[in-house]
Amino acid sequence: MELSNQDRDLLNAVQKDFPLHPQPFKVLSDQLDIPEQEIIERLNAFQQSNAISRFGAVFDHQRAGASTLAALAVPEHEIEHVAESINALKEVNHNYQREHEFNLWFVINACNQAEVDSVLTHIAAEFDYPLLDLPMEKGYHIDLGFPLW
Amino acid sequence: MVEQPLECELSEHALRKVLQEGLPLVARPYQHIAQQLGTNEQAVIEKIAEMKQRGLIKRFGMVLQHHELGYTANCMVVWDIPDQQVDQVAQQLSAEPAVTLCYRRPRRANWPFNLFCMIHGKERTQVQQQIESITDKHQLNYPHQLLFSNRQFKQRGAHYV
Repeated sequence: MELSNQDRDLLNAVQKDFPLHPQPFKVLSDQLDIPEQEIIERLNAFQQSNAISRFGAVFDHQRAGASTLAALAVPEHEIEHVAESINALKEVNHNYQREHEFNLWFVINACNQAEVDSVLTHIAAEFDYPLLDLPMEKGYHIDLGFPLW
Repeated sequence: MVEQPLECELSEHALRKVLQEGLPLVARPYQHIAQQLGTNEQAVIEKIAEMKQRGLIKRFGMVLQHHELGYTANCMVVWDIPDQQVDQVAQQLSAEPAVTLCYRRPRRANWPFNLFCMIHGKERTQVQQQIESITDKHQLNYPHQLLFSNRQFKQRGAHYV
Protein backbone atom coordinates (compact mmCIF):
# COMPACT_ATOMS: atom_id res chain seq x y z
CA MET A 1 0.00 0.00 0.00
CA GLU A 2 1.44 3.36 -1.03
CA LEU A 3 0.64 6.20 1.34
CA SER A 4 0.36 9.82 0.30
CA ASN A 5 1.87 12.48 2.54
CA GLN A 6 -1.63 13.41 3.61
CA ASP A 7 -2.39 9.79 4.56
CA ARG A 8 0.78 9.64 6.61
CA ASP A 9 -0.07 12.86 8.44
CA LEU A 10 -3.55 11.58 9.12
CA LEU A 11 -2.40 8.17 10.39
CA ASN A 12 0.28 9.76 12.56
CA ALA A 13 -2.28 12.13 14.04
CA VAL A 14 -4.93 9.56 14.99
CA GLN A 15 -2.80 7.02 16.87
CA LYS A 16 -2.55 8.77 20.21
CA ASP A 17 -4.39 11.45 22.14
CA PHE A 18 -7.35 11.11 19.82
CA PRO A 19 -9.61 14.15 20.48
CA LEU A 20 -12.06 13.62 23.34
CA HIS A 21 -14.57 15.98 21.82
CA PRO A 22 -18.14 15.29 20.63
CA GLN A 23 -16.97 15.74 17.03
CA PRO A 24 -13.38 14.46 17.11
CA PHE A 25 -12.99 14.34 13.34
CA LYS A 26 -13.93 17.99 13.15
CA VAL A 27 -11.07 18.77 15.55
CA LEU A 28 -8.71 16.76 13.35
CA SER A 29 -10.09 18.48 10.29
CA ASP A 30 -9.09 21.85 11.71
CA GLN A 31 -5.64 20.56 12.70
CA LEU A 32 -4.84 18.86 9.42
CA ASP A 33 -6.78 21.07 7.05
CA ILE A 34 -8.61 18.08 5.55
CA PRO A 35 -12.44 18.12 5.36
CA GLU A 36 -14.10 16.18 8.19
CA GLN A 37 -16.05 13.92 5.84
CA GLU A 38 -12.91 13.08 3.87
CA ILE A 39 -11.11 12.10 7.08
CA ILE A 40 -13.92 9.76 8.07
CA GLU A 41 -14.00 8.22 4.60
CA ARG A 42 -10.22 7.74 4.45
CA LEU A 43 -10.13 6.13 7.88
CA ASN A 44 -13.02 3.83 6.99
CA ALA A 45 -11.15 2.81 3.84
CA PHE A 46 -8.04 2.06 5.93
CA GLN A 47 -10.14 -0.01 8.29
CA GLN A 48 -11.68 -1.93 5.42
CA SER A 49 -8.24 -2.76 4.06
CA ASN A 50 -7.12 -3.79 7.57
CA ALA A 51 -4.49 -1.05 7.77
CA ILE A 52 -6.43 0.14 10.81
CA SER A 53 -7.36 -2.81 12.97
CA ARG A 54 -9.25 -0.90 15.62
CA PHE A 55 -10.31 2.52 16.87
CA GLY A 56 -10.27 2.27 20.64
CA ALA A 57 -8.14 2.00 23.74
CA VAL A 58 -4.85 0.28 24.38
CA PHE A 59 -4.91 -0.68 28.04
CA ASP A 60 -2.00 -0.87 30.44
CA HIS A 61 -1.45 -4.63 30.72
CA GLN A 62 -0.60 -4.50 34.39
CA ARG A 63 -3.47 -2.28 35.44
CA ALA A 64 -6.06 -3.77 33.12
CA GLY A 65 -5.33 -7.34 34.16
CA ALA A 66 -2.47 -9.74 33.80
CA SER A 67 -0.42 -10.77 30.80
CA THR A 68 2.67 -12.57 29.67
CA LEU A 69 4.76 -13.12 26.57
CA ALA A 70 5.10 -16.84 25.92
CA ALA A 71 7.08 -18.82 23.39
CA LEU A 72 7.13 -22.41 22.20
CA ALA A 73 9.89 -24.28 20.38
CA VAL A 74 7.83 -26.17 17.81
CA PRO A 75 9.15 -28.52 15.09
CA GLU A 76 8.74 -26.66 11.78
CA HIS A 77 6.31 -29.18 10.31
CA GLU A 78 4.00 -28.84 13.32
CA ILE A 79 3.93 -25.06 13.50
CA GLU A 80 0.70 -24.39 11.60
CA HIS A 81 -1.24 -26.93 13.58
CA VAL A 82 0.12 -25.59 16.90
CA ALA A 83 -0.42 -21.95 15.87
CA GLU A 84 -4.04 -22.76 15.07
CA SER A 85 -4.64 -24.23 18.53
CA ILE A 86 -2.94 -21.26 20.19
CA ASN A 87 -5.00 -18.83 18.09
CA ALA A 88 -8.18 -20.53 19.20
CA LEU A 89 -7.54 -19.45 22.80
CA LYS A 90 -9.51 -16.28 23.50
CA GLU A 91 -6.82 -15.05 25.93
CA VAL A 92 -4.22 -14.93 23.12
CA ASN A 93 -4.12 -11.72 21.10
CA HIS A 94 -0.76 -11.67 19.32
CA ASN A 95 0.79 -14.76 17.79
CA TYR A 96 3.84 -14.62 15.54
CA GLN A 97 6.23 -17.06 14.01
CA ARG A 98 9.83 -15.93 14.50
CA GLU A 99 13.18 -17.16 13.21
CA HIS A 100 14.56 -18.90 16.27
CA GLU A 101 14.54 -22.26 18.02
CA PHE A 102 11.69 -20.72 20.01
CA ASN A 103 9.67 -20.07 16.90
CA LEU A 104 6.13 -19.35 18.07
CA TRP A 105 5.66 -16.18 20.17
CA PHE A 106 2.33 -15.14 21.62
CA VAL A 107 0.86 -12.81 24.21
CA ILE A 108 -1.64 -14.04 26.79
CA ASN A 109 -3.97 -11.49 28.42
CA ALA A 110 -6.56 -12.13 31.08
CA CYS A 111 -8.30 -10.45 33.96
CA ASN A 112 -5.93 -11.89 36.55
CA GLN A 113 -2.74 -13.91 37.00
CA ALA A 114 -4.58 -17.13 37.90
CA GLU A 115 -6.26 -17.09 34.48
CA VAL A 116 -2.95 -16.46 32.71
CA ASP A 117 -1.38 -19.36 34.63
CA SER A 118 -4.25 -21.65 33.76
CA VAL A 119 -3.81 -20.88 30.04
CA LEU A 120 -0.08 -21.66 30.35
CA THR A 121 -0.86 -24.91 32.15
CA HIS A 122 -3.30 -25.85 29.42
CA ILE A 123 -0.69 -25.16 26.71
CA ALA A 124 2.01 -27.09 28.56
CA ALA A 125 -0.34 -30.06 28.89
CA GLU A 126 -1.38 -29.97 25.24
CA PHE A 127 2.08 -29.56 23.70
CA ASP A 128 5.21 -31.29 24.88
CA TYR A 129 7.56 -28.61 23.60
CA PRO A 130 9.87 -26.24 25.51
CA LEU A 131 7.74 -23.33 26.74
CA LEU A 132 8.90 -19.89 27.91
CA ASP A 133 6.83 -17.69 30.22
CA LEU A 134 8.31 -14.16 30.11
CA PRO A 135 6.09 -11.68 31.94
CA MET A 136 7.03 -8.03 31.67
CA GLU A 137 9.08 -6.88 34.67
CA LYS A 138 9.49 -3.31 33.57
CA GLY A 139 8.29 -1.27 30.59
CA TYR A 140 10.67 1.45 29.41
CA HIS A 141 8.93 2.52 26.28
CA ILE A 142 5.19 3.01 26.48
CA ASP A 143 3.17 2.29 23.42
CA LEU A 144 2.67 5.63 21.71
CA GLY A 145 1.76 4.20 18.36
CA PHE A 146 3.99 3.83 15.38
CA PRO A 147 5.45 6.78 13.50
CA LEU A 148 5.09 6.34 9.75
CA TRP A 149 7.71 7.80 7.49
CA MET B 1 4.10 -9.24 37.31
CA VAL B 2 5.39 -6.46 39.48
CA GLU B 3 2.04 -5.28 40.72
CA GLN B 4 -1.49 -6.50 40.38
CA PRO B 5 -3.94 -3.72 41.17
CA LEU B 6 -6.86 -5.44 39.54
CA GLU B 7 -9.36 -3.01 38.17
CA CYS B 8 -11.71 -5.33 36.38
CA GLU B 9 -14.57 -3.79 38.31
CA LEU B 10 -18.15 -3.72 37.13
CA SER B 11 -18.74 0.05 36.86
CA GLU B 12 -16.37 0.38 33.93
CA HIS B 13 -16.95 -3.06 32.61
CA ALA B 14 -19.32 -2.21 29.75
CA LEU B 15 -17.33 0.81 28.56
CA ARG B 16 -14.09 -1.14 28.69
CA LYS B 17 -15.64 -3.86 26.59
CA VAL B 18 -16.63 -1.32 23.94
CA LEU B 19 -13.21 0.36 24.03
CA GLN B 20 -11.37 -2.91 23.59
CA GLU B 21 -13.68 -4.03 20.77
CA GLY B 22 -13.50 -0.67 19.01
CA LEU B 23 -15.57 2.44 18.30
CA PRO B 24 -17.27 3.10 14.96
CA LEU B 25 -15.64 5.57 12.56
CA VAL B 26 -18.58 7.98 12.45
CA ALA B 27 -18.85 11.73 13.02
CA ARG B 28 -20.02 11.35 16.64
CA PRO B 29 -18.48 8.10 17.89
CA TYR B 30 -18.96 8.88 21.60
CA GLN B 31 -22.66 9.54 21.10
CA HIS B 32 -22.94 6.26 19.23
CA ILE B 33 -21.49 4.22 22.09
CA ALA B 34 -23.36 6.29 24.69
CA GLN B 35 -26.63 5.15 23.10
CA GLN B 36 -25.38 1.59 23.11
CA LEU B 37 -24.52 1.85 26.82
CA GLY B 38 -27.61 3.79 27.84
CA THR B 39 -25.73 6.91 28.91
CA ASN B 40 -24.86 10.28 27.39
CA GLU B 41 -22.04 11.45 25.17
CA GLN B 42 -20.42 13.69 27.77
CA ALA B 43 -20.32 10.89 30.36
CA VAL B 44 -18.49 8.65 27.89
CA ILE B 45 -15.97 11.38 27.05
CA GLU B 46 -15.31 12.14 30.71
CA LYS B 47 -14.95 8.49 31.64
CA ILE B 48 -12.41 7.87 28.87
CA ALA B 49 -10.45 10.98 29.93
CA GLU B 50 -10.46 9.75 33.52
CA MET B 51 -9.29 6.24 32.54
CA LYS B 52 -6.47 7.83 30.54
CA GLN B 53 -5.49 10.02 33.43
CA ARG B 54 -5.38 7.06 35.81
CA GLY B 55 -3.08 5.27 33.40
CA LEU B 56 -5.50 2.41 32.79
CA ILE B 57 -5.67 3.49 29.15
CA LYS B 58 -2.16 4.13 27.91
CA ARG B 59 -3.16 5.05 24.40
CA PHE B 60 -6.44 6.08 22.85
CA GLY B 61 -6.79 6.22 19.09
CA MET B 62 -6.32 4.09 16.01
CA VAL B 63 -4.37 0.85 16.15
CA LEU B 64 -2.48 0.29 12.90
CA GLN B 65 -1.43 -2.95 11.27
CA HIS B 66 2.18 -2.33 10.31
CA HIS B 67 2.16 -5.19 7.88
CA GLU B 68 -0.78 -3.87 5.86
CA LEU B 69 0.91 -0.46 5.58
CA GLY B 70 4.00 -1.92 3.98
CA TYR B 71 6.13 -2.17 7.11
CA THR B 72 6.60 -5.89 6.66
CA ALA B 73 9.94 -6.37 8.43
CA ASN B 74 9.32 -6.86 12.13
CA CYS B 75 12.20 -7.74 14.41
CA MET B 76 12.29 -8.49 18.12
CA VAL B 77 15.82 -7.92 19.40
CA VAL B 78 16.64 -9.71 22.66
CA TRP B 79 19.65 -8.75 24.76
CA ASP B 80 21.53 -10.27 27.67
CA ILE B 81 22.48 -7.16 29.65
CA PRO B 82 24.10 -7.26 33.11
CA ASP B 83 21.41 -6.47 35.70
CA GLN B 84 23.14 -3.33 36.94
CA GLN B 85 23.27 -1.88 33.40
CA VAL B 86 19.87 -2.91 32.10
CA ASP B 87 18.03 0.31 33.04
CA GLN B 88 20.60 2.50 31.34
CA VAL B 89 20.70 0.45 28.16
CA ALA B 90 16.89 0.29 28.09
CA GLN B 91 16.73 4.06 28.23
CA GLN B 92 19.22 4.40 25.38
CA LEU B 93 17.22 1.97 23.27
CA SER B 94 13.88 3.60 24.11
CA ALA B 95 15.18 6.99 22.97
CA GLU B 96 15.85 5.60 19.49
CA PRO B 97 13.03 6.52 17.09
CA ALA B 98 13.20 3.11 15.41
CA VAL B 99 12.41 1.31 18.68
CA THR B 100 8.65 0.99 19.22
CA LEU B 101 8.58 -1.08 22.43
CA CYS B 102 11.18 -1.88 25.08
CA TYR B 103 10.64 -4.24 28.03
CA ARG B 104 12.64 -6.04 30.70
CA ARG B 105 11.65 -9.68 31.21
CA PRO B 106 13.03 -12.48 33.39
CA ARG B 107 15.83 -14.83 32.33
CA ARG B 108 15.08 -18.56 32.30
CA ALA B 109 17.25 -21.71 32.40
CA ASN B 110 17.13 -22.02 28.59
CA TRP B 111 16.77 -18.28 27.93
CA PRO B 112 19.55 -15.83 28.93
CA PHE B 113 18.00 -12.64 27.52
CA ASN B 114 16.50 -10.00 29.81
CA LEU B 115 15.84 -6.99 27.57
CA PHE B 116 13.49 -6.96 24.58
CA CYS B 117 12.88 -4.29 22.00
CA MET B 118 10.83 -4.15 18.83
CA ILE B 119 11.80 -2.58 15.53
CA HIS B 120 9.57 -2.33 12.46
CA GLY B 121 10.63 -1.37 8.97
CA LYS B 122 9.85 -1.71 5.32
CA GLU B 123 12.72 -4.05 4.51
CA ARG B 124 14.69 -6.58 6.42
CA THR B 125 18.11 -5.27 5.39
CA GLN B 126 17.11 -1.77 6.45
CA VAL B 127 16.02 -3.05 9.88
CA GLN B 128 19.29 -4.97 10.23
CA GLN B 129 21.23 -1.79 9.42
CA GLN B 130 19.22 0.19 11.96
CA ILE B 131 20.01 -2.37 14.65
CA GLU B 132 23.72 -2.35 13.74
CA SER B 133 23.84 1.42 13.84
CA ILE B 134 22.10 1.54 17.25
CA THR B 135 24.47 -1.13 18.57
CA ASP B 136 27.53 0.79 17.34
CA LYS B 137 26.29 4.16 18.51
CA HIS B 138 25.78 3.02 22.11
CA GLN B 139 28.58 0.41 22.01
CA LEU B 140 26.19 -2.31 23.07
CA ASN B 141 28.71 -5.15 23.11
CA TYR B 142 26.36 -7.57 24.78
CA PRO B 143 25.07 -10.90 23.53
CA HIS B 144 21.94 -10.34 21.48
CA GLN B 145 19.80 -12.08 18.89
CA LEU B 146 17.53 -10.85 16.12
CA LEU B 147 14.19 -12.63 15.93
CA PHE B 148 12.58 -11.57 12.68
CA SER B 149 8.96 -12.48 12.30
CA ASN B 150 8.14 -14.34 9.12
CA ARG B 151 4.47 -14.93 9.77
CA GLN B 152 1.72 -13.31 11.76
CA PHE B 153 -0.90 -15.80 12.88
CA LYS B 154 -2.95 -13.41 14.98
CA GLN B 155 -2.94 -9.75 15.94
CA ARG B 156 -5.73 -7.98 17.73
CA GLY B 157 -6.29 -5.91 20.86
CA ALA B 158 -6.30 -7.59 24.25
CA HIS B 159 -9.61 -8.72 25.71
CA TYR B 160 -9.55 -8.32 29.47
CA VAL B 161 -13.26 -8.01 30.20
